[in-house]
Amino acid sequence: MKRRQFNQALAAAGALSAVSPFGIVRAQAQKLRVGMILPRSGYLGFIGQSCQKGADLAPPVLKELLGVDVELMNADFESNVDTARTRAERLIQEGANVLVGAFDSGASAAIAQVAEQRGVPFIVNIAAAPQITEQGYKFVFRNFQTAGDIVRNGLDLIGELFQATNTVPRTAVYMHVNDTFGQAMTKGIHALLPRRTQLPFKIVDTIAYDPAARDLTVEVSKAKATNADFLLLVCRLNDAILLRREMVKQRWNPMGIISPGSPGMYEEQYFKALGKLSEYSVSNVPWYNPNAKLTRIVEKAFLKQNPKDKLVFHGLNAGFTFEATLIAADAFRRARSTDPKTLADAIRQTNITEKMSLGGPIRFNDKGQVEGIGSACVQNRDQLPTVVLPASAATAKPVFPAPTYKKA
Amino acid sequence: MAPELILNVTIAGVLGGLVYGLMALGLSVIFGVVRVVNFAHGEMMTIAMYAAVVLFAALKLDPFLVMLPVGAAFFVFGYIMQAGFINPFITRPEHSQFMLLVAVAIIMVNALLVVFGPDARNVQVDYQLESFEIGKLLLDKARLYAAIAALVAAAALFAFFKFTLMGKAIRACADNYMGAKVVGLDVKHLYALTFGLGAVCVAIAGCAMVLLVEVTPALGPAYTLLAFVIVIVGGLGSMPGALLGGVLIGVSEALAGLFIAPSAKSMFSFGLLILVLLLRPQGLLGKKA
Repeated sequence: MKRRQFNQALAAAGALSAVSPFGIVRAQAQKLRVGMILPRSGYLGFIGQSCQKGADLAPPVLKELLGVDVELMNADFESNVDTARTRAERLIQEGANVLVGAFDSGASAAIAQVAEQRGVPFIVNIAAAPQITEQGYKFVFRNFQTAGDIVRNGLDLIGELFQATNTVPRTAVYMHVNDTFGQAMTKGIHALLPRRTQLPFKIVDTIAYDPAARDLTVEVSKAKATNADFLLLVCRLNDAILLRREMVKQRWNPMGIISPGSPGMYEEQYFKALGKLSEYSVSNVPWYNPNAKLTRIVEKAFLKQNPKDKLVFHGLNAGFTFEATLIAADAFRRARSTDPKTLADAIRQTNITEKMSLGGPIRFNDKGQVEGIGSACVQNRDQLPTVVLPASAATAKPVFPAPTYKKA
Repeated sequence: MAPELILNVTIAGVLGGLVYGLMALGLSVIFGVVRVVNFAHGEMMTIAMYAAVVLFAALKLDPFLVMLPVGAAFFVFGYIMQAGFINPFITRPEHSQFMLLVAVAIIMVNALLVVFGPDARNVQVDYQLESFEIGKLLLDKARLYAAIAALVAAAALFAFFKFTLMGKAIRACADNYMGAKVVGLDVKHLYALTFGLGAVCVAIAGCAMVLLVEVTPALGPAYTLLAFVIVIVGGLGSMPGALLGGVLIGVSEALAGLFIAPSAKSMFSFGLLILVLLLRPQGLLGKKA
């Protein structure tokens, strides 16, 4: 090659690289690095670990389903919002292409700010506070119901529960965790309940409590004193266990405990910690379809990784965490790039019809929110979370009022 | 509001407050004699709680049964800590003592994190979900037993200081350091004994507390703070003051939860602290400096 030809070739190569979008170069990325931020310790630790099971099974399943290599970068935010923010920053610095998490609304809102500032896509696995997808963010996506949706579906299922069991409770005492999620749910309940005229009960008292409370004696005494027919509860896990124990100590036997859509009472740890006392608690929550093809694939992978465990205890946590990772991997497969903007655009175009969770396909609206995710009425029966409503997905009939704990 | 509700909540506050009081009693005893503020106090109690959890998990021993062996181990631990680490700091500036004990506290929290991880642990004894029913009153069995244990331990400590020669010698050290040395008392040995006794209080309170709450390493700093609030309200260095402070904080938190808002409980105890600091800076039963 003559010097002139060499220079021309070099100039052409330089010009080509100069006009090439950054994404095309990065399209050669062989794997997607997913920053998985979960509360694996602290008061949300058990739920975070449950979510982690869904994350851990994702890489081999997604490799098989989509031919995509996913590398997990795990971070524990210790149930602390400030730590969530710093973990998100660090994951981005260490090269995460997309963030997934964080179970908790407060932490998810903090991570969303970081993701938006740094221009890295963030897919919320579980978090219900509406404001997360109401800020006009371009890099934040959520495949989970908002608090409003959870409450709407949860209250409708409460009506169905009363109809199915021919019961007409007149009063409820409402107890809730005093955190971002609890407050969002409370707003939703107070806004929607008056409009649900088919529901026969009214709330006689509202009691907020610290999510990290170590003693709920006063709260339960106060609730018991209302003589309400049933307890409407928005809880987490540790407080749900504490509260149930305190109810037994104070010999308070309302018709039942019903959550209009919160974690806690369907978790494995709730069963382990309470044994028979866990029976008949009701949670109306976004749930998974046990008959879906993807569920069977995920269940197989789950049992391979956790031979002594059951997916049903982690269905919501592991299911939605897996789906969030699936969304990221699917977008990466279509975008063939880890460029954040290209990846975010691809996520926005998601249309996944083969999914685990109940409800319609995974499609994001303009705000980055998936609509039409379904809920189920899950009652604890024979030490398993069991779908009792809607009838189409039920595997047992609902029991309400719940037998007292002595008979349980 | 029904009177039985107020009474039930008040009694729960008194019973819980007595356990808090015993914990704070340890802090008050150490400060009253050694004049060192133990910033690792809550962390020591957390270690005692873990000891009870481990003994229950391994040997199915009720936390009330392990109070004596855990207390004995803590006495030795406290003695060594005072004799080995704190005695050389007695004559140094207060900020040196402060930093020493803060460092010890941080090491304790992190050691617990390394050994046990961050998750909550508890014990499950068969009476834990039971209550005594007296008319309309419900007395939580575990809470009642814990409070009785706290009272017995406090009474034993009072008796030790009041009626034994060793107790009188320790009080002499607290009253007049130089005088005690002049009459030939081994002040450093007595200081170490006192720290050991404070550690015993913490150990017994920890074994009782583990029946009421789940333990995590992060509890330590919260309990240190609580112990400070109690002894400042009751009077730093006053043994009856510590018990009174514990009961007052327990009851005020319970009633604040009942009448105002459960999530405002802590706010109320700190409000009480500010009030005491403004109106009676030496604490309710404390002596003026």
